[in-house]
Amino acid sequence: MLLRARDVSKTYSIADQTLQVLRGVDLDLAASETLALTGESGSGKSTLLHLVGGLDVPDAGSIEIEGTDIAGRSDAERAHLRRTDIGVVFQQFNLIPSLTVADNIAFQARLAGSADKEWIAYLGQTLGLEDQLSKYPEQLSGGQQQRVAIGRTLAVRPKLVLADEPTGNLDEASAQTVMDLFLKLVGETRAGLLLVTHSKSLASRLDRNVHLSVGVVS
Amino acid sequence: MIRTTLAALMSYWRRNLLQLITLLAGIALATALWSGVQAVNAEARASYDAAAATLGEGRFDHLRAADGGSIDQETFVALRRAGWLVSPIVEGRINGVRVIGLDALTAPIGIAPVSLTEQADLGAFLSGGGQIFGRPDALAALEGTVEAELIADPNIAPQTLTTDLVFAQELLGREGEIDRLLIATVQPKQQATLAEIAPNLTRISAQSGSDIGRLTDSFHLNLTAFGFLSFAVGFFIVHSAIGLAFEQRRPMIRTIRALGVPLNILLALMMVELILFALIAGVAGVILGYFIASALLPDVAATLQGLYGANVSGTLAFRASWWATGLLIALGGTTIASVSAFLKLAKMPLLAGGQIRAHVMVAGRRAAVLAILAAACAVLAVILAATADGLVSGFALLASVLIGAALALPLILDQMLRASQSLSSGAKAQWFWADTRQQLPGLSLALMALLLAMAANVGVSTMVSSFRLTFVDFLDQRLASELYLTVEEDRAKEITGYLEPRVDAILPIVSAEAQIKGVETEVFGARVHSTQRDNWTFLDAMADPWDQVAGGAGILLNEQLARRTDTWPGAIVALGGQSFEVVGVYGDYGNPIGQAIVSEEVFAELYPEEIANNFGLRISVDQVDDLLSDLETQFGISSENVINQAEIKAFSLQVFERTFTVTAALNVLTLAVAGFAILMSLLTLAAMRVPQLAPVWAVGITRRSLGQLELLRALILAFFTILIAVPLGIVLAWVLLAVVNVAAFGWKLPLFLFPADYLQLAILSLLAAALAAFWPALKLTRLRPAELLKVFANER
Ligand SMILES: Nc1ncnc2c1ncn2[C@@H]1O[C@H](COP(=O)(O)OP(=O)(O)O)[C@@H](O)[C@H]1O
Ligand SMILES: [Mg+2]
Repeated sequence: MLLRARDVSKTYSIADQTLQVLRGVDLDLAASETLALTGESGSGKSTLLHLVGGLDVPDAGSIEIEGTDIAGRSDAERAHLRRTDIGVVFQQFNLIPSLTVADNIAFQARLAGSADKEWIAYLGQTLGLEDQLSKYPEQLSGGQQQRVAIGRTLAVRPKLVLADEPTGNLDEASAQTVMDLFLKLVGETRAGLLLVTHSKSLASRLDRNVHLSVGVVS
Repeated sequence: MIRTTLAALMSYWRRNLLQLITLLAGIALATALWSGVQAVNAEARASYDAAAATLGEGRFDHLRAADGGSIDQETFVALRRAGWLVSPIVEGRINGVRVIGLDALTAPIGIAPVSLTEQADLGAFLSGGGQIFGRPDALAALEGTVEAELIADPNIAPQTLTTDLVFAQELLGREGEIDRLLIATVQPKQQATLAEIAPNLTRISAQSGSDIGRLTDSFHLNLTAFGFLSFAVGFFIVHSAIGLAFEQRRPMIRTIRALGVPLNILLALMMVELILFALIAGVAGVILGYFIASALLPDVAATLQGLYGANVSGTLAFRASWWATGLLIALGGTTIASVSAFLKLAKMPLLAGGQIRAHVMVAGRRAAVLAILAAACAVLAVILAATADGLVSGFALLASVLIGAALALPLILDQMLRASQSLSSGAKAQWFWADTRQQLPGLSLALMALLLAMAANVGVSTMVSSFRLTFVDFLDQRLASELYLTVEEDRAKEITGYLEPRVDAILPIVSAEAQIKGVETEVFGARVHSTQRDNWTFLDAMADPWDQVAGGAGILLNEQLARRTDTWPGAIVALGGQSFEVVGVYGDYGNPIGQAIVSEEVFAELYPEEIANNFGLRISVDQVDDLLSDLETQFGISSENVINQAEIKAFSLQVFERTFTVTAALNVLTLAVAGFAILMSLLTLAAMRVPQLAPVWAVGITRRSLGQLELLRALILAFFTILIAVPLGIVLAWVLLAVVNVAAFGWKLPLFLFPADYLQLAILSLLAAALAAFWPALKLTRLRPAELLKVFANER
């Protein structure tokens, strides 16, 4: 099993209020499997995604990636995991504004020390970014920026791809093209995909669907 | 990973060159001002010390032939035999360089070249084969003309070479001749008198070298305080540049962390990056400081020389220690300036979200913390102002006043803007004030820099001008007579007899050492004359103090003595078994020891053995030259023994003009730095301004008038800041003159106010602010509508 989460819970506290967002979530994802996670706004989808991605740690429960629990690992170990095995595509494009498109695409792969020139060139081409490579992110449209972010994530050939409403900021037409490309390329890397989305039609294109509500997955 | 991350971090600077330049320029300017002032200080001090050490003139009495000729070897030997601890000196010039020959075995400690005692090749020095010590430029003048080992020694006075007496006599072609004999401070008890052994020699007193040192120290201390302030201004720029850069890089840092770079590696890399910048800018700063210093030094050198008689090298040597301290200051300053930015970054959660409310709360809390800190500084300042009595507490007072004022500035400005807003009417005016308040946080660091720069300038101008007024007054009082004459004691009667009919008055100057209330004091006997009545000013006195002195019952004390013994007019002091009433206390700037004045008659009773050989002569100015030449022909009194006060005064005033040139140069520099800070803040704010201005533009305010309002805003903020800076600067000057100076030197300099100077400085500051705001405002008026519309197109 690529991902195996058991009884994960997470509580936020701001000032003196506490908010229990996740109350015992169980989730499985096989290698190369694609899974859609739906749920209302504020139900904790992003929170769950962040925990799975090792960006944050759960209060309780276990999250195993290929059999090893990441919940108890050190910051440095989780950082290493993020560099090499897990790719995250955020809703905001999260590009580095001072790097060119080409450098942004290659960035994570370089961090991981696994930059494969041909593969990266292929990604740029497939994502329709050949003419934009020397531009800076601010010169691109939203759809193009998200394609750069997708390229950056897939450039490392991660085992697990996490995507948090990657087309949430885009208009319908560009959302459609971006998602098509995304799913095609994820399929080519044979990575497992956990995709957070609002869209029923999009969810239906994936292998499996789960729904998050009142802190548990069903 | 490290290379990629570093490249990404650096790419930020490539894309934000302006910020990088601000940061580097801030560090460089801060370092430059600091090290420039330090360099001026250090160079002046080193030259002064070297001169004092080489010539020994400042510290030792010496003997000269009465006829101005040379002293022969036999006289020297006779004096030594009689127990006089004297050391021979021969002087002359070779190729324009002053050559001093001295006797290493008998010279008082600290006179011979330092290397001589440290490297101790006494044999070579004495052998006559010759070692010559001097600064490289002085040695160069001798290159090839003498057969001797030339040894570079920066501790020797400028344009001066020292070598062994015999070797110098040979070089100068004056075998067996001696020009002067230095008299060691401590002499054996039983000595035959000078008149018995060497009647042809006169004793010339030390040029009260320590007084000169003290006055110089006061000047240096004030310069140092100024250098510190300049550094603080630069530091504010660095702090704001770093803060801004870190703030703007937050999203990028988040992304890089999310992509798997651990926080501690990221922080370490950012530290490396900053250290690199600090070093680069620090090097530039030291070089710049060198140029500032060498630009200022001819004036400073002249200033010090004129003011205090210290001989300062007019050129600057690049010392290794400046590199060290300059770079250390750059690194230290950058570190301190970046601590808070790093702490914030370290505490920043990896994931954004739910943060905005917390952020607003933090900002509110920060304002409260600032207010509390400012209030604490104010309380501390008040306590210190009442109690400070040492150098450390004086500087602590200075620091708490400055830091408190800087911290309080945004709060005070906000209140002023709020008041202006409530007084204004009309939608545009209302928006303008509200918008200005919104800009305040982004501009407050630059405004703090302006506050400090302006306050420092007001403070230093006040201090220097007060110094000048006081000093000129003091010169008028001390150099009231037209001529000052020094004669040999046994000829005093004859010469005064000759002078009596030719001058308006002869005022003998005679003194003896005594103890008053346990303090070492020089007691003077004064012939009371209208000269004193007309010219002396008192810090505190009873009615007609000079009449009371003339009457025999009154005594005058200098400020140092009065302060040290807490003895003020009305008190009774004992002197030589008699009691006197203190009738006045006078300022005695630059003198480290106590001084007291009684009448000539009382003095003669107390110290019958002291005979006056110094005289002040009152004479109409047009007769000065005639009298001088008559004295020369009649008595062989050379000009060396006569001081013409008009020359001294004219020279002193000229010197003060030079001091002002230096001060003015430093003023312009600090204001330029503050203006630069404002420019950079406005430019960086400009990008964020577009979304704020777009809606206002959309509802019908033209870009042109938006630009004008931007300019107006900068001027108003600068004006408000100046309103606060002027009183702050005066307080600063007061602390320097009345607290720090008293603590350091025992006398208080009176504070004078110079409204015209302040006005001029204010106009200069406004000009700096306007210049700084001009470009960003111009850019705004030229902004393409498409840029403004983009704000509505994609809501970023
Ligand atoms: N860092 C945080 N601190 C405090 N509260 C948070 C934080 N992140 C999310 N929340 C809260 O947790 C809840 C779930 O958020 P999120 O996981 O973003 O939901 P979703 O992605 O499903 O819309 C929301 O109420 C949100 O306000
Ligand atoms: Mg979400």
